[in-house]
Amino acid sequence: MSEVKYSKEHEWIKVEGDVGTIGITQHATEMLGDIVFVELPDVGSSVEKDGNAGVVESTKAASDVYTPISGEVMENNQAIVDDPGKINSDPENEAWFFKLKIKDSSELDSLMNKEEYDKFAKESGN
Amino acid sequence: MLHEENWGMKKLAYPIQKKTTGFYQIFEFAAEEGSEIVDKLELAYRRDEQVLRYLTLKLDKHAMVYNERRRNGAFKKAKVEPTPEVAKAKVSVEDLESSVLFDRKCISLRDAILNKSGIIAEFKRQSPSKGVINGVSNLKFMNGGTFKYLDEDIYITRSGYTGEDGFEISIKNKNTEIFVEKLINEGAKLIGLGARDTLRLEAGLCLYGHELGIETTPIEASLKWAISKERLNNGGFIGSDKIINQIRDGAKKIRVGIKPEGRLIAREKTKIYNESEEMIGEVTSGTFGPSVNGPIAMGFVDQIFSKKDTRILLEVRGKKYPANICGLPFYKKSYVKGAN
Repeated sequence: MSEVKYSKEHEWIKVEGDVGTIGITQHATEMLGDIVFVELPDVGSSVEKDGNAGVVESTKAASDVYTPISGEVMENNQAIVDDPGKINSDPENEAWFFKLKIKDSSELDSLMNKEEYDKFAKESGN
Repeated sequence: MLHEENWGMKKLAYPIQKKTTGFYQIFEFAAEEGSEIVDKLELAYRRDEQVLRYLTLKLDKHAMVYNERRRNGAFKKAKVEPTPEVAKAKVSVEDLESSVLFDRKCISLRDAILNKSGIIAEFKRQSPSKGVINGVSNLKFMNGGTFKYLDEDIYITRSGYTGEDGFEISIKNKNTEIFVEKLINEGAKLIGLGARDTLRLEAGLCLYGHELGIETTPIEASLKWAISKERLNNGGFIGSDKIINQIRDGAKKIRVGIKPEGRLIAREKTKIYNESEEMIGEVTSGTFGPSVNGPIAMGFVDQIFSKKDTRILLEVRGKKYPANICGLPFYKKSYVKGAN
């Protein structure tokens, strides 16, 4: 059974056992516009909850990507580095950013579910 | 059309658009009093980029007689005034003389003027209901004119900030919304400033506040072409000492095009290093160029590193990435130059 949770920084995380797959939300891509560059955290590196874990750049701006929870990066998605446009076309599925080994699953409790996130995204407008 | 006279190529009294010679042409024609032909003719002159200057005069009866006699050879030895501006006549009756100065042997417009029905046809062509505003499609690139929209003047130039074919429109505030909606209904899409900025950067054009500012000289910005030869020769303008020195000794910093390797975008204020990792300049504009499908930038570097294909490093988020100095523009398209 997998569940998907969302952060206020517009990342999603899909949890399967102790592995979390992280990407940015559809709403985030709509705010960014055409994404043309992405930088991912190195495999093997450790990332801290709410810490910097990569960059996305659209023609408009560069934005940091934050990891919603802590862990060790197991894999990153080279396909989106080679073709960042994939992030616009399928952000919450094919265009995942990285997978990490979850350090502390209790961190997931601070995240939002789909319904809460949708409401948040609509209200914050950014 | 009563008479046409071609004076051929003459030296200009003062340079116009950097040109020192031009082709003079005089047309003498009759028109009904109060007819719109003069307005139409002058509008056509203004729109035609081949026309450098024009002057339309009403000839009084003495001038008409004079012209008639001159045509018949009465003043064969009389010196013809070299500039049409000098040919003064009293404004009273309905005979008109139009002096037109072309920068090249007049082609299309001349043909139109030679035949009055021709020029009327030219204007009739504008009236079909194609487009939102009649006549705009006949504007030539880098020309503008006043048109009518909802009974108000609307000023349109065929030019634009992107360097491509396009229109810039000045319109009354109260009509703006309805006008834009009309454009959208006709198929136009709103794109916003970001898109506009990528296009001007691909075209290698400067933007004030980025490539240009009060601390940048035209020489540093590689815009020497924008200063007239006379000014460069004679000096005496604001900043002339500095500019003339820079032309002689070379500017310390020069605007260049930059092509990052890979997909990295180096935005404004990105520091530029040489291969020995010494700082040599800064990026002033940088983005992803959609037409060239890659990142592009402009910036200023020390002159010795400004040669094409010089390898440089760009520091982005603490890491240095390779890039190359390149020529401008990044993208050259043979866009429409306007109506023929």
